[in-house]
Amino acid sequence: MNNLLEVKNLNVTLEGEKVIENLSFQVRQGEILTILGPNGSGKSVLLRTLLGFLPYQGKIIWQKKPKFGYLPQGLTQLKVKDYPLTVMDFFALKNTAPGNKEIINFLNLVGLGEEILNKVIGTLSGGQFQRLLIAWVLVSHPEVIFFDEPTTGVDIGGGETIYSLLHTIWKEEKLTIFLVTHDLSIVYKYSDNVLCLTRKGHLCFGPPKDILDEIMLEKIYGTEIKVYKHNL
Amino acid sequence: MMNIISSQLFLTLVSAIFITAITGYLGTLMLSKKMSIVADPLSHLTLPGAALAIIYGYSLFLGVFPFVILGTILIWLIQKRTKLPMENVAAVVFAIAVSSALLILPIDKAEEILIGNITKITVPETLITIILSLVVFYRVRKIYPKMMLINIYEDLAMIEGVNISLYNLLYLLSIAIVLGLGVYLVGGFITAALIAIPAASAKNLSTNLFSYKIMSIVFGVISAVAGIFLARFVHLPTGPMVIATGVILFLISIIFQRRTV
Repeated sequence: MNNLLEVKNLNVTLEGEKVIENLSFQVRQGEILTILGPNGSGKSVLLRTLLGFLPYQGKIIWQKKPKFGYLPQGLTQLKVKDYPLTVMDFFALKNTAPGNKEIINFLNLVGLGEEILNKVIGTLSGGQFQRLLIAWVLVSHPEVIFFDEPTTGVDIGGGETIYSLLHTIWKEEKLTIFLVTHDLSIVYKYSDNVLCLTRKGHLCFGPPKDILDEIMLEKIYGTEIKVYKHNL
Repeated sequence: MMNIISSQLFLTLVSAIFITAITGYLGTLMLSKKMSIVADPLSHLTLPGAALAIIYGYSLFLGVFPFVILGTILIWLIQKRTKLPMENVAAVVFAIAVSSALLILPIDKAEEILIGNITKITVPETLITIILSLVVFYRVRKIYPKMMLINIYEDLAMIEGVNISLYNLLYLLSIAIVLGLGVYLVGGFITAALIAIPAASAKNLSTNLFSYKIMSIVFGVISAVAGIFLARFVHLPTGPMVIATGVILFLISIIFQRRTV
């Protein structure tokens, strides 16, 4: 299969500090790439660079510039509570506001009902809000989704986690997904490839079963990883 | 109509209605923590200009607008260059504006700056008020959805292809013009209240974005009209009375507040 994205010798410097250094990797169409690494290793910066938000040196080559969807880190319900926005109002903020029917389709896809449309976002439960955000991203029909550290393992209702929901949608919509997470069980279960970043640079790239052994995990996370190892 | 109320009162009412409608509308975008802190310092940018206008005896418009618009562009440029939070930059500019105004302003003539002079507004000033209000309304309506998105989370706006810097400039300029108009109604010290109070009352009662915007405009206009008549009735200054009426509406809105959270 052809590469959708090729990154060669990528360097990103923010406020005089090198955050990403000589990074190279490829992503195929329809793949789930997980980006692993401790805090401060440049995961979010990498996503925002690939999205075109930050200046860089090196090469970022998209085979055909896809339509992006992006769920940024830290977009919590608190951010929308300042305004009396209903779910409907929130969809209407998009560039090309989708029609009612389409909104309902995507709400259904993420497990939400039509009755939620006129509810004020601040009144939704945490799980409903997470589902809503996914529908909000999907309704623009993105081909590539960047998903920056959704709340790990949060039960969003019906025994689902954000990840299992995403995985279902990934199968149905044939998406390419870039996922930043700390949750290693998710990495083994869903990722095709893993890119490991550390504060000292990039460590490994490949399928999780081939590259993520205990020694590598310890290199990435230091001793913190012992907690996770039992879960694997 | 002219027979029932004097032509001066008519001008006062018309300009106050336009000013409070546009401040009410724009205020709905500013009801976030970040922006309500910014409105106040921005409004004080009008002070040095107003002081000069009073000293040299020309229209407040000529004094206020160059200052507030240039000051706003300055804030935008400093913020763009230094990446400091908007509220920090605004606070610095605020300090410069207030101190310079206090240095040059003869205190015995400070009344217009303190409480506005809407009851003396002239025909050309009323016309300018109407035109500027309509222009700002049209502009803000265009940028409204994207500004809301920027307020919620900048990255969401960026992925929708919004030029954040340009939108921020348009937004700040709209605020600057609206605050300049507000000086006429309530003076330079409490203009931010015109922006903050109707939106806060509307938020308490609204169930969606549309009702929020409409209510904020309506509350603004009611407080202006009621404030103007009350002030005449009890022989107190108009500007503060408009704000006081707005505060009463706000208190009523708390009683009927929807329990959304």
